Amino acid sequence: MKILVAVKRVVDHKVNVRVKADETGIETANVKMAINPFCEIAIEQAVRFKEQGSADEVVLVCIGPKEADVQLRAGLALGADRAILIRTDDDVQSLDVAKLLHKVVQEELPDLVLLGKQAIDTDNNQTGQMLAALTGMPQGTFASDIVFIVPNKVKVTREIDGGLVTLALNLPAVITVDLRLNTPRYASLPNIMKAKRKVITMTSPDSLGVSLSPRLTMLKVEAPPVRQAGVKVADVAELVDKLQQQAKVI
Amino acid sequence: MAILIVAEHDNHTLQAATLSVLTAASEIAMHSCDTDLHLLIIGYECQSVIAMAQGITGLSKILVSDHQIHQYPLAENIAPLIVSLVQEQDQTQAQYQYSHILTSAGTTGKDYQPRVAALLDVAQISDIISVESADTFKRPIYAGKAIAMVKSSDIIKVITVRSSAFTAERLTAEPLAIEDQVSVVELAAQADSGKSAFIKAELTQSSRPELTTAKVVISGGRGMQNADNFELLYTLADQLNAAVGASRAAVDAGFVANDLQVGQTGKIVAPDLYIAVGISGAIQHIAGITGSKVIVAINNDPDAPIFDVADYGLVADLFDVLPELTAALKAKS
Repeated sequence: MKILVAVKRVVDHKVNVRVKADETGIETANVKMAINPFCEIAIEQAVRFKEQGSADEVVLVCIGPKEADVQLRAGLALGADRAILIRTDDDVQSLDVAKLLHKVVQEELPDLVLLGKQAIDTDNNQTGQMLAALTGMPQGTFASDIVFIVPNKVKVTREIDGGLVTLALNLPAVITVDLRLNTPRYASLPNIMKAKRKVITMTSPDSLGVSLSPRLTMLKVEAPPVRQAGVKVADVAELVDKLQQQAKVI
Repeated sequence: MAILIVAEHDNHTLQAATLSVLTAASEIAMHSCDTDLHLLIIGYECQSVIAMAQGITGLSKILVSDHQIHQYPLAENIAPLIVSLVQEQDQTQAQYQYSHILTSAGTTGKDYQPRVAALLDVAQISDIISVESADTFKRPIYAGKAIAMVKSSDIIKVITVRSSAFTAERLTAEPLAIEDQVSVVELAAQADSGKSAFIKAELTQSSRPELTTAKVVISGGRGMQNADNFELLYTLADQLNAAVGASRAAVDAGFVANDLQVGQTGKIVAPDLYIAVGISGAIQHIAGITGSKVIVAINNDPDAPIFDVADYGLVADLFDVLPELTAALKAKS
């Protein structure tokens, strides 16, 4: 079984992002970049499947600038076998990402495509579902448990509003992973060294035959309204009084 | 052209989130010539949902696909159904019937809407919090640390709506008078995709209101120390008819189930009153509660960051405060 894992390069989740003064976007100059945390969980899951013997090969694919090879090397150090970098300096929107991944799926013919449920920069939560639509594959979103079952199916437990739901999907399938699926490992030094010799194939939207067509224009990006700290109350009686008389919420 | 709203329900009750989506839809209608709002109900044996929908003012049509394959909402079955409705050309005007397809940004809508958009070869706009015009919307990015204003150039806008950002009205307690009721159009059955199948659901049974729609939410954090102590919150919640939530720390520590998590990676809430108990106020938690009208923080650490966003802070031991607060509210009622 071959597993394809999509990886996005994003601003590290520990960075306190700031809106640019001219409201054109987020300050990204000299900001630490990292693998999107949800994508890291997807890589970890694919590697675990390989270690358990249910997968033979784990291939990573990333769409981004030349510098994204840092994130791909990090993913290879977690145990993936090889990687594909679709190089572009453009801001690629979900639908185009799905179209590019669709081309890679047609070339690689994976049995399972794993993605993070969303990227922590745009918070869209779309790419996996769109890829499933384009490839005609079934989809299992927000997965917290994935088990292969015979014949040629996968059982996915999904985190939904109000609890959990379990579906059976025919393979090949697209699965997007949620936080509680696993805790990604730290790459060991020998594995980091080994990752340097693994192959990253370079390609581009042009050579895949996809012309990017953004549909959404970002008109501006603004900082959210700030909440001001209120008052400290002395005791429960004062709290209840304030909530009733001042805030009028109880 | 009209606006299509896909109802969120569990085959028995129409979720309040759908009413918030209707508010967003009518704001879009005000900005464009689309005045017709059509509600689509996809389910199985969902007569009670249709009956509730008959009490919604401002609709011009209710479309119903009541078939066994929709007993559980599977994106592989729902998406082609919505796409076929949209692609049905308007006979007189030779254009698409719908300019916008809206649903709430719950886990069901987030599951099928992108699939609908990709099949229509249009973008999807997630989690909108305001309508600026018929094609321009605001939505949070970076977990709410920034707000983006985006304009769509697509003919059809496929949107998920953050329900806590729009009011939920338009529902009368009783169905409207027969003469005011809109027509219900039954849609023909479709074939199951055969690609996916429902196995089981494990839903949290609770008589308390839903986190995302409750007027009052009380959340506990690591300061609750263990699962048993959450009883103190439940008792207080019963007094206020509140929903109970938790911080990620409390969920990770195993005090409560993960669907109670409030914050960036959990539920985004915007109640009239949010009470954070024993929650320090990590940025990821605060991202999920800033829409609340009034925030109360109860914590024994005076330097906890939660106090920076709280309207009322009480620095005290929660194990003293909770019984006292419950008793005080009981005495008042």
